Amino acid sequence: MLGMATARVAEPSGGSLQDVKEWGLDREDLLQIYKNMLITRGVEERGHILYRQGKIPGSFYTGRGNEASAVGVATAMGADDVGTPLHRDMGVHITRGVEPWRIFAQYMGRADGPTHGRDGNVHMADQRLGLLAMVSHLPAMLPVAVGCALAFRIREERRVAVAWSGEGAMARGDAHEGMNFAGVRKLPVVFICDNNQWAYSTPSHLEYAVEHLADRAQAYGFEGVVVDGTDVLAVYREAKRAVEKAREGGGPTLIECQTLRMEGHAVHDDAFYVPKELFERWAERDPIERYRRWLREQAELTDAEEDELAGQVKKLLNDALARAEESPQPDPSSLLEGVYATPEDLDTPHHK
Amino acid sequence: MAELTYLQAISDGLRTEMRRDKRVFVLGEDVGVYGGAFKVTLGFQEEFGAWRVIDAPLSETAIVGGATGAAMMGMRPVAEMQFADFVSCAWDHLVTIAAKQRWRAGTPVPIVLRLPSGGGFSGGPFHSQNPESSFAHIPGLKCVCPSTPEDAKGLIISAIEDPNPVLFFEHKHLYRRIKGEVPEERYTVPIGKARMHQEGEDVSVITWGAMVYTAEEAAKQVDASVEIVDLRTVMPWDKQAVLASVRKTSKVLVLHEDTRTGGFGGEIAATIGEEAFEDLDAPVKRIAAPDTPVPFSPALEKAFIPQVDDVVRGLKELIEY
Repeated sequence: MLGMATARVAEPSGGSLQDVKEWGLDREDLLQIYKNMLITRGVEERGHILYRQGKIPGSFYTGRGNEASAVGVATAMGADDVGTPLHRDMGVHITRGVEPWRIFAQYMGRADGPTHGRDGNVHMADQRLGLLAMVSHLPAMLPVAVGCALAFRIREERRVAVAWSGEGAMARGDAHEGMNFAGVRKLPVVFICDNNQWAYSTPSHLEYAVEHLADRAQAYGFEGVVVDGTDVLAVYREAKRAVEKAREGGGPTLIECQTLRMEGHAVHDDAFYVPKELFERWAERDPIERYRRWLREQAELTDAEEDELAGQVKKLLNDALARAEESPQPDPSSLLEGVYATPEDLDTPHHK
Repeated sequence: MAELTYLQAISDGLRTEMRRDKRVFVLGEDVGVYGGAFKVTLGFQEEFGAWRVIDAPLSETAIVGGATGAAMMGMRPVAEMQFADFVSCAWDHLVTIAAKQRWRAGTPVPIVLRLPSGGGFSGGPFHSQNPESSFAHIPGLKCVCPSTPEDAKGLIISAIEDPNPVLFFEHKHLYRRIKGEVPEERYTVPIGKARMHQEGEDVSVITWGAMVYTAEEAAKQVDASVEIVDLRTVMPWDKQAVLASVRKTSKVLVLHEDTRTGGFGGEIAATIGEEAFEDLDAPVKRIAAPDTPVPFSPALEKAFIPQVDDVVRGLKELIEY
């Protein structure tokens, strides 16, 4: 490397319960984060089973290894903030309160999925929860999030938009145009780059030539931060700092969350091109296990609490699956509805 | 009533809506201090401030993507492409996101994209195109192509009011050349309703944009009663008005400045074939630009853009059929 790195490399979270309290999290919050990570992984594991059972049409994508990054960032967002999570960011939907049964219905293309069978997999969002549905073109939603921030700035609202991109999509012009515009106008937006090291089969060194993608932030006139994306509390701490900075008028931040995509690009892909040792090395940093150990050491997580949480998550997912399976297929006669919006459609919380 | 140019009428409509509705803002390249490449927003920044008349970097993707996001948050952005041709850079945000978000995710995207379009002044391949048919083909988008100052004002207001992404194709060659009486008060012109430009008995011309005036000139030069239907909007388009005219005259010429193959005239001709075949006394005739890029040299451009003589020839063939 040429020694051009400019992004700040964030400290690991480490710390005690008292330290974490200073970042705004009490013990109840900490357990909720853990639960959200368990639900996130659980939803995707169950989804995988559904796919193998032939109940999910099309393909199926997971974000295994990215749970801490997604949940950590979403936990740092305020209730009125908005975001554009992508296909490795199930944890954002879970943390914002999307019900798992609706996600399973979405996976299966049923009427009760957030898109009512009109789109599949993680191409969904509940705008009432401040989320905007992703498209396959990456990172096309990044300039859209910048536009959300522009609306907040024009109206002088204390709201923040969070834009996600993978490291692969950071090569596209959308990322450049969106970040440049946000930098020029100092808009209240936080850019999250989920760097899982692989864009389908293409490794990082064939995707970008800087040391850290977060180094690019300097070129847009704002701060870049590199954080260990398997360390949920460090991700939360950095995201919280960036969100509040944006809210106070301090402009954007680019946070690069470093992880490894622990599965293939999608279920059909066995990721033969990823060295086995890399998987083994990152498996030792599994974000959920890592956080569980911290909770036991620093937050006195007990066996009884763990059992209770595991039981709650299992029941939630069992019930969700059963409810989703009961959801009807979409009515073919509804296909033509809603291509064009009506004035009544604008009467939503966000369109006032 | 005041006599305004086509360009002044667009400004007037836009200003009317910005005064009326604080959610409306303008976003584009050089739209602020400079007032836009064609001066449609001249003086707007003084009146509405720099956060409602926003000079964007040279970033069509960020302009249309940004407008999309702001619309989802309840704003009513009016984004400007400096030339309609540059909308290609923003295709994804229009076609992939804005057009599909309502159907797919329940999120309306009420944006207006102003697109200075059309040729006739040696703009060459990248400053002269009429890309309306590319977007009329995309479910979820609306395409508006006014030809008169009165319609330009009423349609820009309707476009801003509309809860969908609306592409507003404003023909550059009409900007200062065409003047007309425009009501001073606020009014709307419905999207999807054609305008009878002139009534006739013998042959119908279905057209829009600058070609309305080419048809008008040609009609004067033939010995027949020519009806000219100005479509005003190509998506949605006023099928009933077209079919009514066809049933009345039984001969029809579809005229547009865009290239022929895949041009919107093909859709109109096919619909007439399907729904008014028995009413026709002659095959539907199309006059359009040839299937080439738009040329630069005046000699070549004249051969490209349908001329009055071309339309006269077409009308005569139909009349004599």
